[in-house]
Amino acid sequence: MPLLYPLVFAAFLFSAGVYGVLARRNAVMVLMSIELMLNAVNVNLVAFSAYLQDKLLAGQVFALFVVAVAAAEVGIGLAIVLLIYRNRETVNIDEVDLLRW
Amino acid sequence: MDWFDDSALTWAVFVPLAGAVVLALLPAAADRMARVAGVVVTFLALLAGIGMLARFDLHAGRAMQFEVNRPWIETIGTRYHLGVDGIALPLLVLSLLLCFLCSLYSLRFLPEGGSAKAFLALMLVLEAGMNGTFVALDLILFFVFWELVLIPMFFLIAIWGGRQRRYAAIKFLLYTLIGSVVMLLGFLALWYRSAPDPAGRTFDLLALQQVGTGRFGGTFGVLVFAAVGLGFAVKVPVWPFHTWLPDAHTEAPTVGSVLLAGVLLKMGTYGFVRIALPVLPDAARWWAPTIGVLGAIAIIYGSLCCLAQQDLKRLIAFSSVGHMGFVMLGIATLTPVGINAAVFAMVAHGVITGMLFFLVGSVHERYHTREIAEIGGGMATTLPHLAGILTLASIASLGLPGLAGFWGEVLALLAAWNPAAGLPVPLFRTLAVAGGIGTLLTAGYLLWMLKRVNLGEVPERWSGWQFGQGDVMPVEHAAWTPLVLLIVVLGVAPGILLGATNPAVTGWFTDLFT
Amino acid sequence: MERLAWLVPALTLAAWALILLVGRRLPGKGAPFGILAVGAGWLLSLGILGRVIGGAAPYHLRGDWAPFSTDLRIPIGITVDGLAAVLLVVVTTVSLLVQIYSVGYMRGDERYVLFFANLSLFTSGMLIVVLADNLLFLLVGWEIMGVCSYFLIGHWWEDPANARAAIKAFLVTRVGDIGFLFGIFVFFWAAKSFEIERIIAGVESGAIGSTTVTLGAVLLFCGAIGKSGQFPLHVWLPDAMAGPTPVSALIHAATMVAAGVFLVARMFPVFEASATAMNEIAVIASITMLIAALLALVQDDIKRVLAYSTVSQLAYMMAGLGVGGYESGVFHLFTHAFFKAGLFLAAGCVIHAVGSNSMSRMGGLAKVMPWTFWSFTVGALALAGIFPLAGFWSKDEILTEAWNLGFGTPAEHVATSQGVAQIVFVTGMFTAFLTAFYVARMLWLTFGSAYRGDRHPHEPDGFMLLPVVLLAVGAALAGLLGSPLMGETNFGSWIATPQLPARGAVVINWGLAATATAVALVGMALGWRLYRKGLPEREYLTRLPLLYTTLEHKFYLDDLYERGIVRGVVGGLAPATYWFDQRVIDGVVNGIALGTRQLARGLRYVQTGQAQWYAAALFVGVVGLAVVVTQVIGR
Repeated sequence: MPLLYPLVFAAFLFSAGVYGVLARRNAVMVLMSIELMLNAVNVNLVAFSAYLQDKLLAGQVFALFVVAVAAAEVGIGLAIVLLIYRNRETVNIDEVDLLRW
Repeated sequence: MDWFDDSALTWAVFVPLAGAVVLALLPAAADRMARVAGVVVTFLALLAGIGMLARFDLHAGRAMQFEVNRPWIETIGTRYHLGVDGIALPLLVLSLLLCFLCSLYSLRFLPEGGSAKAFLALMLVLEAGMNGTFVALDLILFFVFWELVLIPMFFLIAIWGGRQRRYAAIKFLLYTLIGSVVMLLGFLALWYRSAPDPAGRTFDLLALQQVGTGRFGGTFGVLVFAAVGLGFAVKVPVWPFHTWLPDAHTEAPTVGSVLLAGVLLKMGTYGFVRIALPVLPDAARWWAPTIGVLGAIAIIYGSLCCLAQQDLKRLIAFSSVGHMGFVMLGIATLTPVGINAAVFAMVAHGVITGMLFFLVGSVHERYHTREIAEIGGGMATTLPHLAGILTLASIASLGLPGLAGFWGEVLALLAAWNPAAGLPVPLFRTLAVAGGIGTLLTAGYLLWMLKRVNLGEVPERWSGWQFGQGDVMPVEHAAWTPLVLLIVVLGVAPGILLGATNPAVTGWFTDLFT
Repeated sequence: MERLAWLVPALTLAAWALILLVGRRLPGKGAPFGILAVGAGWLLSLGILGRVIGGAAPYHLRGDWAPFSTDLRIPIGITVDGLAAVLLVVVTTVSLLVQIYSVGYMRGDERYVLFFANLSLFTSGMLIVVLADNLLFLLVGWEIMGVCSYFLIGHWWEDPANARAAIKAFLVTRVGDIGFLFGIFVFFWAAKSFEIERIIAGVESGAIGSTTVTLGAVLLFCGAIGKSGQFPLHVWLPDAMAGPTPVSALIHAATMVAAGVFLVARMFPVFEASATAMNEIAVIASITMLIAALLALVQDDIKRVLAYSTVSQLAYMMAGLGVGGYESGVFHLFTHAFFKAGLFLAAGCVIHAVGSNSMSRMGGLAKVMPWTFWSFTVGALALAGIFPLAGFWSKDEILTEAWNLGFGTPAEHVATSQGVAQIVFVTGMFTAFLTAFYVARMLWLTFGSAYRGDRHPHEPDGFMLLPVVLLAVGAALAGLLGSPLMGETNFGSWIATPQLPARGAVVINWGLAATATAVALVGMALGWRLYRKGLPEREYLTRLPLLYTTLEHKFYLDDLYERGIVRGVVGGLAPATYWFDQRVIDGVVNGIALGTRQLARGLRYVQTGQAQWYAAALFVGVVGLAVVVTQVIGR
């Protein structure tokens, strides 16, 4: 399989993630979009790993790391979202602007 | 006595620092103990100074004495290099002495605002920074000590100061910091240019001075002199970078003002003499007329501002602007005469103005005001000794022959009449005349101040007033007598100081600018 | 004997230190120590003068004070020659008598100790000036006197007027001192030395160019103008009367004001080398002697009359020097010291007795204070230049010099121009007339007619009377030292130097002397005619309203300085500068700080708190960086 296919796929995936992060109001949706971006990176890592015929399979190993970190990140992210919901009765990201001037 | 020669400077710098740590560890309630400890520590440091005075070789010329030179951060070629010559030693001893006298004064007089131990610990850190600045022969080391001075002084003003202390402290800190940042850039530029090969680059002052005009000449030199000079100029302060000074002096506690005027300002002028002139002689020649003009402006301008003051302390603060103008004028002539004059005037100003700030503090202690109009005269009747010492310090400050203030000013003017070869003579003569008019104005505002404070009938409002502890107290006598003696001795026997500075000054500068 | 000359100022300095530090606990509150010190100095000075008259060579004692460059030194040293020896005697004599007098005059004063300490320091300052062999050391003594005059004039500082007079004296003389200082600089860089001898040698040998000499001499003379109360800086002298009377005597007779004349005499070969400088001296002296004598006509305060007469007489000395008469100028300084000190001290007796300075409250004192009266009269006649008292001889010498140069044939080449000498002679003659007139006025207002005060005047005690009488004797006899009676070894030969050789025996121009005496007598007669019955209802001069108001306002000079310069600086320039400092310079500093804060205030709105905005910025940034890296740097 040519390298181009997974790369194009990953690019679309990443773009969808970017769109989600920037445009969605719901915090849960934003978190899911972040997952999309991470997975786009995973696809790239695996694709390059296969393409370069890496003996150590470093790309695939990194992909596993990313999956693990993503899991942890979602765990913490969802916990934060939950806490925000408890305090503010909303997960709308526009209304959470504690860092404003 | 080799052990002494090797360790004296380290001793003078680090004993106060160690003392500060010890003081910080004392319990906050041990007020008395902290004050005594302050006196002990500053006295120990002063001992090193006295020892150096005794063992100093007057005929060594520009050679550094009591030198220490150890590796410090080798990757960038910076070393722990200390040393003094006839230019640095008087200033070091002045700093040691004034700190000792300040801690003596603090035995009895401490401003409200915080604990004694914190005050004295900060003062000791300040002393370490000041002493270090005068003895460092490595630019990075110099810079570290230079900046070390800022923090304790900031807190001394911000915590123990007067009504506007926050404003004054932040102004002081930011203003001098801006200056020193630019100065640091200049130091780095010198380092980059000091050798083509990174391994050979150095921050060592003596080595940099040898690099000479080949690498430090031209536009590079002029720009670097401006950068380094700006840092010094803010500290001096050279007109028009002086406006932090009246605020800081006025708001600082008495001891802070004494050290600020007595020692801190000299760090700037010392920087010119020690670093800017020897390392960048060509650029110095390029800048000298400008520096001279700024110095002369400062003399006249400072005196005029003094004439407009209502507050005694602010008046003395502004007088520093004028007096440091004489120092800068002397330096700008680039002649040994002028630089000797500058060093003499630095020491004399430290002693005299330090004394004046002590006096203002004591006047405030008794009258609970510093407004000249409120004091309203008559102090010569109510507090004759205090008034007498104030008179002495004032006439010393106006440059009366036979007292310390005279020689620096008169030699600076003498030098300005005949500046180094290549400098515009008519301009410098004009500056000398301006300086002469400045001495007249100086006499005017000081005598007018004396008249309004000392002379005349005692005003109605003070009849029956208790004046705190009455006339000059023993602790004040103890703190002031050395200064009074110095004022007289330096005036009667200027050779004591010039004999030390002249070999170093001629050694450093005779060939440089001819 | 000359080897001990340094002891003279050293003794008085020691007395000063002793009295100042422990005077309160000393017997007699320290006054005897001051008197002893200056008394010993007086004996030494007499011995030194004796040796000089005997023909001893000038003696130098020199050392280094401090180095200040490779080959430059601040020297310290003394020169004892004829001029110094004569002045030593004058200074110590007057100071000794003044201090004895002060024991009586200042008795019971609350700052008695301080007063005597300052007298000693004042004397030391003048002695340093007299002995100094280099200009910088001379300046030290010069300024010590300045500050002592400040202390002594402001001795009764409770009265703000006294404090103001003290400041005025210090500052006005300081104006001249700045010129003096720069004169020293000019000669220092020309001769590479502060030493007077080297400077004179440089001028004589032509090593110092004539422009430099002129510039330096004119600048040096500025110092003399300030210190010796010459126009236009004479304004401080009359106000200096605020001090106690013994101080006035000391200032006006022997110290301070004499220093300026002494300076010109000491540097005379330098001045002589410049026609401009000599003409300047002569012209300024002419102006001064005339306006001071005119001002003396309208004073009511007896001390002020004497003060203006001092200004006028100092101008005589300057005029003498200005027309090339080194001997005559110094000789007048010498005789003047005796009769002016005597006049002041006698006036002090009167003031002490009457309790007022004002002549309108005196009168008729001749009968109750005969000793004072006769002493005062001798001094007054000497001042008017009546034969054969001291003032006659010295004044006559000056007029002769001016006559010879202006109308006759001068004995030697003099740089001063003939026209200037003519001016000097004419004003000198006219001033002699005015002097005699105001002296007569003062005499009759004080001692003639009937008493107008309310106290009961009486003769003072011995401490005060003795010096007065002794000085009267001096005033009568001092002039003889410069008379033809002395032959070859007269006053002129004592003060002669290699550059200024003695002129031999004094030759009196009898015609001139007779004219001058006649003029003086006419002046006195007119004074007697107008004032013998006491003060008139309206001063006679009010009939010349323009002149009178001008004199009342002291030629408007005080007004000019006070309103124009002092108020301009203190009331206008200084506040304006301070305003500029606080508003403009500090305004810029605070403006930068404020500007930074305002900028930050504006920029903080970028922080919306919207995480998605931040993320968007991040992506844009990453994409931008990627483009830059691949497209620009990557190529």
